[in-house]
Amino acid sequence: MNAITVDHIVKTYGSKKQVLTALDDISFEVKKGELFGIIGPDGAGKTSLFRILTTLLLAEGGTATVDGYDVVKDYKQIRKSVGYMPGKFSLYQDLSVEENLEFFATIFNTSIDQNYDLIKDIYVQIEPFKKRRAGKLSGGMKQKLALCCALIHKPSVLFLDEPTTGVDAVSRKEFWDMLKDLKKQGITILVSTPYMDEAAMCDRVALIQSGKIMSIETPENIVKEFEGELWAVRSADMYRLLNDLKQYKYTESCNSFGEYHHLLLTKNQGGKEGVLKYLNELSHKNILLEHTAPNIEDRFMQLMKNT
Amino acid sequence: MKQFLIFVKKEFYHIFRDRKSLLIIFLMPIMQIILFGFALTNEIKNSNIAVLDNSKDESTAAIIQRLDASRYFKVYQNLQSPSDIEKAFKTGNVRMVVVFQPGFRESLLHTHAAQVQLIADGSDPNTATTITNYAGSIISDYQKELYGQFEIPYTIKPEIRMLYNPQLKGTYNFVPGVMAMILILIAAMMTSVAIVREKEINTMEVILVSPLKPLLFIVSKAIPYIFLSLVNVVTILLVSYFVLDVPINGNLFLLMAESLLFIITAVSLGLMISTFTKTQQEAQMFSLMALLLPTLLLGGFMFPIESMPLPLQIVSNIVPSKWYFLIVKDVMIKGLGFSQVWKESLVLLGMSLFLLTISLKKFKIRLS
Amino acid sequence: MMTDETVIHVDRLTKKFGDFIATNAISFDVVQGEIFGFLGANGAGKTTAMRMLCGLSIPSSGKATVAGFDVYKETEHIKQNIGYMSQKFSLYEDLTVKENIRFYAGIYGMSRSAIKEKMKVLLEQLELSAEENSLVKSLPLGWKQKLAFSVAILHEPRIVFLDEPTGGVDPVTRREFWNLIYEAAAKGITVFVTTHYMDEAEYCDRVSIMVDGVIEALDTPANLKKTYNASSMDEVFLQLARGAKRAAD
Repeated sequence: MNAITVDHIVKTYGSKKQVLTALDDISFEVKKGELFGIIGPDGAGKTSLFRILTTLLLAEGGTATVDGYDVVKDYKQIRKSVGYMPGKFSLYQDLSVEENLEFFATIFNTSIDQNYDLIKDIYVQIEPFKKRRAGKLSGGMKQKLALCCALIHKPSVLFLDEPTTGVDAVSRKEFWDMLKDLKKQGITILVSTPYMDEAAMCDRVALIQSGKIMSIETPENIVKEFEGELWAVRSADMYRLLNDLKQYKYTESCNSFGEYHHLLLTKNQGGKEGVLKYLNELSHKNILLEHTAPNIEDRFMQLMKNT
Repeated sequence: MKQFLIFVKKEFYHIFRDRKSLLIIFLMPIMQIILFGFALTNEIKNSNIAVLDNSKDESTAAIIQRLDASRYFKVYQNLQSPSDIEKAFKTGNVRMVVVFQPGFRESLLHTHAAQVQLIADGSDPNTATTITNYAGSIISDYQKELYGQFEIPYTIKPEIRMLYNPQLKGTYNFVPGVMAMILILIAAMMTSVAIVREKEINTMEVILVSPLKPLLFIVSKAIPYIFLSLVNVVTILLVSYFVLDVPINGNLFLLMAESLLFIITAVSLGLMISTFTKTQQEAQMFSLMALLLPTLLLGGFMFPIESMPLPLQIVSNIVPSKWYFLIVKDVMIKGLGFSQVWKESLVLLGMSLFLLTISLKKFKIRLS
Repeated sequence: MMTDETVIHVDRLTKKFGDFIATNAISFDVVQGEIFGFLGANGAGKTTAMRMLCGLSIPSSGKATVAGFDVYKETEHIKQNIGYMSQKFSLYEDLTVKENIRFYAGIYGMSRSAIKEKMKVLLEQLELSAEENSLVKSLPLGWKQKLAFSVAILHEPRIVFLDEPTGGVDPVTRREFWNLIYEAAAKGITVFVTTHYMDEAEYCDRVSIMVDGVIEALDTPANLKKTYNASSMDEVFLQLARGAKRAAD
């Protein structure tokens, strides 16, 4: 049985005059025990999707189930069995770490002791601050506490809406390590993120943009789907290089990627020599041009362009 | 049960950790009652008056003496002729002039109709009405004493309020009024704000995606504020009894029970407000506009309802504070028992049930 | 266009909140037209440092000048010479694109004709002419951020401070945003930027990494990678920030 099924879900906002389509005929399935990522920028429809699955919003069309329960009819069942961490920090800032955890445990008819095993590895990291008010914690620790609170009743499916947004790189990495451990315990996890590089940590990902799913695949296969040969280019003047490459007649796309620009050429046109010749004519210095493997962001941008 | 207890506990944490609000909750009643009791009462003390006694007999001397002896008036000036009256007002030193017609006592004894004119400065109608009322009642007291059983047609009617407020103390009216106002503010506004805050800080999202039942949520939100409001009732009663010398003539237990009933009505109002407001600011504004103003204007303690136009009189019936004000006046000041206030109590009970049902029905189990 | 002229000079700048030292004697210089990346973990002291440089918070000790003005005494002059944009606060959502531009330009005392002229150029450049009368809240996030940035440099400040300007923005728009940054820098505007995207750190001329209130590293991305023997800025950052002791925000 699938832990989550989403079948032709449509969600719109606004009045008749100005309709905003947040989710446009979305379908996918998440297997039991899978770590599934919804990858896309703000405004892609991630939060609407999460709210529909956690029974907080009603979709205009389509059906969805969580744990076999219908999100509309069986909402009470779903509320008993899922864990949810909303995008915005949603704990009581004026309650201490311990008080928050105890509160959420009791609300879900359980106690901290009962499921302590599940949160132990995460909780020990914030335990030294258990008397501290949640509002006084750093971003990384708040996020750990929120995760503990969402896990305390041993949910079968865990919904994490942008848990790493606004969090620094170190805390983000730690967070993903925690998710991998949770996955080992058999919990199905649906997680959304705007950071493309985090897709690599998931079993499968759905790339979402403007309410549409552009691709659903394993991270490895997503990059394999990249069409064309990708070149990494750099020179002494990166900004001029980018503008010049964009002007090159055989350029399909050129995007900056850290210390390189990723260049995709129109099929079978020019090749490496052509590019080098073009750049030399424009007197670029220290040119480096080599093959590179596309990453998820490359594929995402390609898909964005094609739709 | 455990869910309920931890929720209530959490609410108390919120309340006690927000020092500023806590201070307001507990100090506001005391401040208000003292403000209203001392500064804003419509009671007038030691007003200067002038007397033009054209009769100069035993009765006029006695009345003048009584006026002067009362705490409301001080005879500041004796006038000699009618032309002095205007001069006296123009100096601004006197607020009222008492004019006795010639042969005052004669007329009183023989024709049963003696004339006394009370002239007040109509530019301040409130004060003018009040002081002429006071003077009128002092004069009629004198007549009654003089005649025993005899009722004499008299031009100035004593105020009805004096029946239960023999010393004409304005404060008495304000205590029930302030109680109604404070309870509406604390109970209704605080409850609505507390619920809406959960929406604003996003905790509502997590609470909704939990097995917690809406009724449990609503009740646990209300309990702490019911408790706090009861504390306020006690504070107000203590301050008014010990500081303002307002007696508690009726049954204290009945008074507390009626207050609890009114608090529940107020909390239900707060719950209802929370179902259609999205931000704390909205909830606050709405509570102020929809609850505080009607309480002040139509509750009956600032402006007598009987003298309002009929439509307003009808509208005042849906203001819970009006009923509570009547109950407190009856129980606390008049010393009446439950048999006299059961109708008003029933109205409040009905209102609470109605509001609670609506809030529960309107409680959103989803985000929109 | 980078010149040698120093526009931000920071010398042992410290801010204490009670016993807590938010920024501890940090020192650095930024030259005109430079894109300066200001990185650090949550709670490392970035926000505090940035507030002091924007004249919003008076330092506890140390010296600093921004655009030649003293951060203790001449905060009003500083504010005239800088632009500021953050992910959280940028534009008024319930005003239209035009109204926002006019409002911010007005704050900086630009003349009516100058505003008109600037507005036209800006709207064309951002391809927003068709949306000039739309409410800002109806725009996609990426457009909002680009507009916010353009508005922040409308009065041609010498320095623009950007606090996580690209959070949550889609990859294509994120790059378009950086193009705007490059253009501004080419015009001689100094860009002081914080980000959580480590690939964006590579786009900076120089990068500083703050850990526990101190600047642990400050160099060009290439030199930093060399020094820490790392293949990417991500690795450099992780190496440095892992050692952080401080947890408070």
